[in-house]
Amino acid sequence: MRNLWIFISKYNAFFLFLIFEVTSLIIYVKNNSFQRAEFINSARGVTGGLYARIDEFYGYLSLKEVNDSLARENAHLRNTLKSSFYADTVTKHKVDDTVYKQQYDYIVARVINNSVNHNNNYLTINKGSKQGIAKGMGVICNKGIVGKVVFVSDHFSLVQSLLHKDSQFSAMLADNKEIGHVEWSDDMDPHKGILKDVSNNARPKVGEWVVTSGYSLFPEGVPIGKISSLRTKGGGYSLNMEITLSVDFSKLEYVNVVDNKFSKEQEALEAQQKKDE
Amino acid sequence: MSKSIFINLLRFFVLVFIQVFLLKNMTLYNLSTPFLYILFILLLPFEIPNVLLFVLAFITGLTIDAFYDTPGLHASACVILALVRILFISVTVQKDGFDNEPEPTLSNKGFRWFSTYVITLTLVHHFFLFLIESFSLSGLPYIIGRFLLSSLFTVFLILITGLIFFRRKERK
Repeated sequence: MRNLWIFISKYNAFFLFLIFEVTSLIIYVKNNSFQRAEFINSARGVTGGLYARIDEFYGYLSLKEVNDSLARENAHLRNTLKSSFYADTVTKHKVDDTVYKQQYDYIVARVINNSVNHNNNYLTINKGSKQGIAKGMGVICNKGIVGKVVFVSDHFSLVQSLLHKDSQFSAMLADNKEIGHVEWSDDMDPHKGILKDVSNNARPKVGEWVVTSGYSLFPEGVPIGKISSLRTKGGGYSLNMEITLSVDFSKLEYVNVVDNKFSKEQEALEAQQKKDE
Repeated sequence: MSKSIFINLLRFFVLVFIQVFLLKNMTLYNLSTPFLYILFILLLPFEIPNVLLFVLAFITGLTIDAFYDTPGLHASACVILALVRILFISVTVQKDGFDNEPEPTLSNKGFRWFSTYVITLTLVHHFFLFLIESFSLSGLPYIIGRFLLSSLFTVFLILITGLIFFRRKERK
């Protein structure tokens, strides 16, 4: 027993190393595999507060750009106002007195922490559950899709951006509505994405727009990017193509969180169907 | 003693602040990211007990992790860094020389020793940091490119910092 004690104290550096290394790897793997950065993340009180404070300074530096983008976004919104409503009519009967019901609500939030150069990138935004944000909501900005909410605290939320190994969103070609899904490209370029699993019948063209499909968290037709190259890799039964993302993730300032009013209903319905099978 | 604690505490806050609010937004060609904060662990006094060294390295890593949203990643790299620091110092420095040179700074140990020390430890830290971050060997050329360029950037910044705070003293 005494010899053991002497042995341990002689090589104490190594044993201490083992203890701390195993602890930190456990923390890392746990948080990584479940995709819930609950224990330590930048949506927590102290770090979130600090980021918000520093962000106020940064805000002044880009007032002009923000003004421009807001003006553009206003004009854009005025044009497309009706697209955020859900037509509550049966398609066979064309009724003039149409009743609209709001399907998508947008919550504006400011990005207070952002990264584009890691393997898995997250953003922190300054709205949380108190403002109606919940886990799983989609996030877009005026140029296109950004990501989805993975963790919510009272006043902040953590968004898993499209630039994340596990991000995958349903998408389609704007012209002929062929469905596929969009991922981040393998070489970790923050301006590139890959559109995968498009059926072989599609005839995509370079420069064609890729937009969200109606199957995703997002309203149909939100832009994602343009096709930049048609190289097929690992194709076979489907086409893969490279796209240039329309959002510049390194310059995100304001984003809109999409609250789909009918998502609960839809999920419940689909769960019901699974149960019946 | 209390002066040394104060200096290290101040250094900790300043380095974490610089790392999180300045260097985090600084990337060259999407490849080279500096991690200057490891300077805090490098500059801890020679005579620090191993337990305290590991605890401080772990806490430093976790603090950076909290801002980077990567719980455990920097902590594990920092703990490896602490082990290598202990090995490196035990091999290259004689135990009785600690009295008049309490900290492994550039002014205390001279450029040759300090640059070897910084380069070795930075390479080890960055190598494990990028390896653990990707957690796989796919895309190895990319990881190695990031690792080498980031190490270059970090070593450059650390040596610059060392020169800024350089205090000439009489050679005996």
